[in-house]
Amino acid sequence: MSKPKFAMYWAASCGGCEIAVLNIHEKILDVDANFEVVFWPVAMDAKYKDVEEMEDDSITLCLFNGGMRNDENEHVAKLLRRKSRIMVAFGSCACEGCIPGLGNFSNINQILDTAFTTNSTDNPQNLRPKTSYDVPEGTLTIPTMNPMLKTLDQVVDVDYYMPGCPPESHQIAAVVELVIAALQGTAQLPPKGATIGAGNSTVCDECTRKRNVKQIKEFTRIQFVTPDPEICLLEQGIPCNGIATRSGCNARCPSVGAQCIGCYGPAEGVVDYGARMISAFASVIDSEKPEEIDQILDGLVDPAGQFYRFNLAGSLLRGGRSNGS
Amino acid sequence: MADTPENKPFEPVIIGFTCNWCSYRAADMAGTARMKYAPNVRLTRLMCSGRLDPTFVFKAFAGGADGVLVSGCHPGDCHYINQNYKAMRRFHLMKRVLVQMGIEPGRLKLLWASAAEGAIFAREINKFVEEVRALGPLHWNTNHGSQIADHVLLSVVNGQPSDEMEVKA
Repeated sequence: MSKPKFAMYWAASCGGCEIAVLNIHEKILDVDANFEVVFWPVAMDAKYKDVEEMEDDSITLCLFNGGMRNDENEHVAKLLRRKSRIMVAFGSCACEGCIPGLGNFSNINQILDTAFTTNSTDNPQNLRPKTSYDVPEGTLTIPTMNPMLKTLDQVVDVDYYMPGCPPESHQIAAVVELVIAALQGTAQLPPKGATIGAGNSTVCDECTRKRNVKQIKEFTRIQFVTPDPEICLLEQGIPCNGIATRSGCNARCPSVGAQCIGCYGPAEGVVDYGARMISAFASVIDSEKPEEIDQILDGLVDPAGQFYRFNLAGSLLRGGRSNGS
Repeated sequence: MADTPENKPFEPVIIGFTCNWCSYRAADMAGTARMKYAPNVRLTRLMCSGRLDPTFVFKAFAGGADGVLVSGCHPGDCHYINQNYKAMRRFHLMKRVLVQMGIEPGRLKLLWASAAEGAIFAREINKFVEEVRALGPLHWNTNHGSQIADHVLLSVVNGQPSDEMEVKA
């Protein structure tokens, strides 16, 4: 009997998800023992044409990471959706846009200007990429950028979500084990649409720091202070996003003195991550005077960036208005 | 979604959140006293302005609202001791984030109104409707082409505010 087929793809992402997969160490041998890897551009040579020739639903498990930044990303997402039985939005980019999704604060022209005219770019003729170019041999084309980065589920149907930037390796290993067990009939897969490889609570729930009453008179930034090693970072005025962030990472950042930046995405039941963060931060500000409140809020230098660092493309507003028509 | 036809004047769609104890009663009072105010505001009653999850506001804007009104008891008068202060802090922070998103600060208004202030409530709503009218349509959904889907959209039909809700496929 042939082995079930496995695919992994990267769209608009950094490649960290692929490294996280390799970081499952010897468990990767289980992947090889139980799956036939048919498509994984970072690890093996394969062409889109090869995937197109496969039968529909012939790939058992597809881990798809990266957001939908251009039409090539969307094309491959649709192609792999058609060929795969289990489509997993793998990592923060595919789930909610992540760092590439921050591009949604700007429109395409602003993004291109930043890429092609800033001081670090040597571009004296002020050239811009063209999506098609005629040469004697024919027309060359490159993918066209979307006006906004989309999440995977804004383009295709997604079976499971696996958050994290990148997903923690122990979580990946657990998910791989679960899928293998399900294929062998000894375990059941969770219902469609479930978040896998993560907890159902918040980072605060996993954090071992001591929590007292949060009353904030001043927000500071992590680079300006040496945080107390025992006490909750938010209580010390350090903007820590653990409150609204899904658990699953064992509170790695707060446990070493760095604030949670929210890479595991919205906690269970949270519709809009940033809105939930606004709610939480505003609640703990210790002031009832509008002027003083504003003064305290000045300590949060970039609130939209603080609250939507990973979640902008997946949020209710999906981006800034400069992105419009 | 039915857009405002070009030949009709723009009628802003405003979603208002009122608290059960003061501002909703103020609206009630305006009604029983037969005061007229602009019909552009759809009021939603919460038990307290402190119940206002910023998600409601973001959803209103994403779904096609041109302005959002948050109202509650005067500071010091909250039925739940101090939750309107919480609403005030959320309002300030929310406004900062919305401005970074490119939404004009004038599209979000905070209004304190006691149960006796029907006239003030009506007057402030009229003022807010005109302020938002001057800002023009926000049309968040159309700004993003077909990319905002699955949200319940509030529509204005033939220039008249409508209660009709439709779901965009």
